[in-house]
Amino acid sequence: MASAFTSAFEYAPAAESRSVVDIAPSYGLFIDGEFTEAADGKVFKTVSPSTEEVLSEIAQAGEADVDRAVRAARKAFEKWSALPGAERAKYLFRIARIIQERSRELAVLETLDNGKPIKETRDADLPLVAAHFFYYAGWADKLEHAGFGASPRPLGVAGQVIPWNFPLLMLAWKIAPALATGNTVVLKPAETTPLSALFFADVCRQAGLPKGVVNILPGYGDAGAALVAHPDVNKVAFTGSTAVGKEIARTVAGSRKKLTLELGGKGANIVFDDAPIDQAVEGIVSGIFFNQGQVCCAGSRLLVQESIQEELLESLKRRLSTLRLGDPLDKNTDIGAINSAEQLSRITALVEQGEAEGAERWSPACELPTSGYWFAPTLFTNVTQAHTVARDEIFGPVLSVLSFRTPDEAVAKANNTPYGLSAGIWTEKGSRILAVANKLRAGVVWSNTFNKFDPTSPFGGYKESGFGREGGRHGLEAYLDV
Amino acid sequence: MPTNAPSAARTLSDVTSSDSTLRRFLHGLPGVDAVGLEARAAALGTRSIKATAKAYAIDLAISMVDLTTLEGADTPGKVRALGAKAVRPDPTDRTAPSTAAVCVYPDMVAVAKEAVAGSGVKVASVATAFPAGRAALDVKLADVRDAVGAGADEIDMVIDRGAFLAGRYMKVYDEIVAVKEASGAARLKVIFETGELSTYDNIRRASWLGMLAGADFIKTSTGKVAVNATPANTLLMLEAVRDFRAQTGVQVGVKPAGGIRTSKDAIKFLVLVNETAGEDWLDNHWFRFGASSLLNDLLMQRQKLATGRYSGPDYVTVD
Amino acid sequence: MSDRLSVLKTYKLYVGGKFPRSESGRVYEVTDSKGTWLANAPQASRKDARDAVVAARKAFGGWAGATAYNRGQVLYRVAEMLEGRRAQFVREVADAEGLSKAKAAEQVEATIDRWVWYAGWTDKIAQVVGGGNPVAGPFFNLSSPEPTGVVAVLAPQESSFLGLVSVLAPVIATGNTAIVIASERSPLPALSLGEVLATSDVPGGVVNILSGRTAEIAAPLAAHQDVNAIDLAGADEALAKELEIAAADNLKRVLRPQPVDDWAAVPGIDRLTAFLETKTVWHPTGSLGASGSSY
Repeated sequence: MASAFTSAFEYAPAAESRSVVDIAPSYGLFIDGEFTEAADGKVFKTVSPSTEEVLSEIAQAGEADVDRAVRAARKAFEKWSALPGAERAKYLFRIARIIQERSRELAVLETLDNGKPIKETRDADLPLVAAHFFYYAGWADKLEHAGFGASPRPLGVAGQVIPWNFPLLMLAWKIAPALATGNTVVLKPAETTPLSALFFADVCRQAGLPKGVVNILPGYGDAGAALVAHPDVNKVAFTGSTAVGKEIARTVAGSRKKLTLELGGKGANIVFDDAPIDQAVEGIVSGIFFNQGQVCCAGSRLLVQESIQEELLESLKRRLSTLRLGDPLDKNTDIGAINSAEQLSRITALVEQGEAEGAERWSPACELPTSGYWFAPTLFTNVTQAHTVARDEIFGPVLSVLSFRTPDEAVAKANNTPYGLSAGIWTEKGSRILAVANKLRAGVVWSNTFNKFDPTSPFGGYKESGFGREGGRHGLEAYLDV
Repeated sequence: MPTNAPSAARTLSDVTSSDSTLRRFLHGLPGVDAVGLEARAAALGTRSIKATAKAYAIDLAISMVDLTTLEGADTPGKVRALGAKAVRPDPTDRTAPSTAAVCVYPDMVAVAKEAVAGSGVKVASVATAFPAGRAALDVKLADVRDAVGAGADEIDMVIDRGAFLAGRYMKVYDEIVAVKEASGAARLKVIFETGELSTYDNIRRASWLGMLAGADFIKTSTGKVAVNATPANTLLMLEAVRDFRAQTGVQVGVKPAGGIRTSKDAIKFLVLVNETAGEDWLDNHWFRFGASSLLNDLLMQRQKLATGRYSGPDYVTVD
Repeated sequence: MSDRLSVLKTYKLYVGGKFPRSESGRVYEVTDSKGTWLANAPQASRKDARDAVVAARKAFGGWAGATAYNRGQVLYRVAEMLEGRRAQFVREVADAEGLSKAKAAEQVEATIDRWVWYAGWTDKIAQVVGGGNPVAGPFFNLSSPEPTGVVAVLAPQESSFLGLVSVLAPVIATGNTAIVIASERSPLPALSLGEVLATSDVPGGVVNILSGRTAEIAAPLAAHQDVNAIDLAGADEALAKELEIAAADNLKRVLRPQPVDDWAAVPGIDRLTAFLETKTVWHPTGSLGASGSSY
């Protein structure tokens, strides 16, 4: 029977409204409870990566501003750390609730400034941000029960430098445990995504947080370096590239500063021949295309058992053809924009190198918008461990496919990297999951799932993926004098 | 279309050569991770279908409804009214499409046939001692022949869940083959009663079993148990028909039934079809909704889209 | 007193379960606190350090993969063996640290007890620092501690035996393997400990003991890309900073030197946790049945 419906089921545009967020034409640094200009008056622009539209002009912190912010945090530390834990808890609960209330606004803002799909900011970033504050709020008056001694003490002023891939979530991962344990904070957001941190300053204002407890310094790498090196900082927490992480480790060497680093990765997603295939395909897709692959724990290496390689690749390619790339504010967008021109050129260069080294490149038919920074979902096959695309972190929507024959070989290949942040295992055989998970040198192992996060679940790497854990009871240790 | 269909078909005919080969095949199908499956179904449920897409989806959904009455209290009057509604769902708007079929018990087939005569709307009949299926095979086949003899275009049979759960797959297979034969030219929908099969692995196995035995459609439920069609079990069955076609070249339809009451729900199912099996299945020859109250909600939403006002139950027909 | 001439011991390194001389062929003179010659100790070279890393890496999989119960038994066995050679160590510690026999005996006894303490920790630390995490979703989520790998240990310079064991035992208790640089001035108790370890079921390569110039041996270890962590207990401020900078090249876990008043005090678990990683494994749970209500 012929149907009357001959056209395809085309989803009409379903854009989330921009009007829920009011972005000011300019923002200052947030120091000691006030927005102020940079000491040297410098500013920089933040743009929307999907359109290259300038969103706002932001004061750019320099060394003098870092010093001012650290002094404000030091001054605030005395009272903040002396506050009963139950009172600190209530501030954090307030923050959690205000974030929940303003989550739509913050989701749209984050999508505008970062380029990631509204689906992700709405369903992943913002709920996790609120949950993280809610979780650590509850710790503030229970620290003596956390297993770090009878009366664990805060460290003092925490200098925190965060990346652009999950701007507000990384802020939450840094600020929530720091405040719960009684530290005060100077935080530098990434230069391409300063807005949500500045809106967070306003959340702090609404919550009535005492002045100087949280200071936000938008700026570039020089401001981050000055913060890390500042002699009156007691704790350094950094999330970002392994290269910068090593530089920071050298900077704090010989000092008494406590250091935690959450750095790069080249996660292996291992698919055995008895995997739940349809769910594995979803896990592979979420593993490398969530947030355009700009995720430190991305499953950027697919290790597939040779016996099912063809079948799996066929399914994967078919699935990639259904991904919807485009306007990040459209609720149906799966793949948004790359965060910056710089990141786009890095991805492009690595992908070109992959082709030059003989790997086979494939992308689904996919029209890229003409303005903004975009990169089509990409697969590389014919990849070996020797290829650059199998070794270097690309931090983009690019998956390298390698094969293995036995579980031993899978583990050996998975571990054959200086990184050790994440890994995935797909098999219906329970004992194999446990055996392989045991042997993987990675801080987070997802079996029959991928890219799951929770405030109660410690996150962090082995080897050059950094040290220290964020999240859970473990996450308190980084901010306590133990 | 895959080029290796003939050899795949040969391989698959070997599968049903004995109870043990069939079991080995069904148990060798990839497992299903429940959390992952449900998460995927939920994620597709967040698609935002607006404006023109919504109008398209609502009309498509109406055209896919198997408008159903399966009550002990069914009468010729009730069935006639249902037939009239299937042919012209919205008496005030001739642009509203007809439903795909009406679905009734075998003794109502003749009445239904008359009610939809000349409209293109099919008559589907449940058979095989629906809904429990607990009768001897010859009784079930007589039930089928009765319905076909009265003019049914489609037969909705139930599988023997007891035999399936006891691992007697060959018995289930043979029964479907026999019913298929008895159905003649009528298209055969095979109902698994997924709520009774309970696990997703069972639903995948039942799907392949049904398709191997010659089902034209695989259908979730009778509508008579606690859990009927869900996004997750329908997604799983859509994966099965997709994979079956890829392996054999044979396309099989899918019919979620029971529990789909709102336009919003129906559109979510259409998204599942679109993004899993693909647009080849976005047609009432290949996808149906087994439902009764769904139609009125689709019509109210349709009126809302047309007029900009929210409609109410007084503006759609109640039968 | 007999006028019999005693047989002197040739002190050797302990690497990969064997007792090699330094590859460099060099030795240095070790004296007691009054300057009397005690022995010539091997002066380990960069090459010896590299060999030790290879041995430690080779031993890591087996030691980390051994059951915690088994590691506990092995560590307890070390205590047993030490008890039997108590007199020897009392003499060596007294000579090394210029202590009276009684004071040296206290040090040795505390050292033996320290092995017993850590022997008991091997199968408990995972329960103390790991556990299930109540994530908000249908997932089973478990965090477990795992050894970080090959750990370079700069043993304390002053406490040649108790200090040494206090930093070494926690490293291997959790499944790491170690390369220990003995106290530069007083390496003999450490080198003798190698002989005990070799007869205590400690697999070869799990502990590797080097003597020589601390700074000279530590530099290549701190920079070595196949070393995962470094304990700087035996480094002075300047050396500690230099080594920490070198260690950043592959992001070694670094335990900075901390003042220790009394090595005999109960240690706590900080030295155990310093060289542990936390691995968190997620697995879906979901309902038993597709109907969502089957229990």
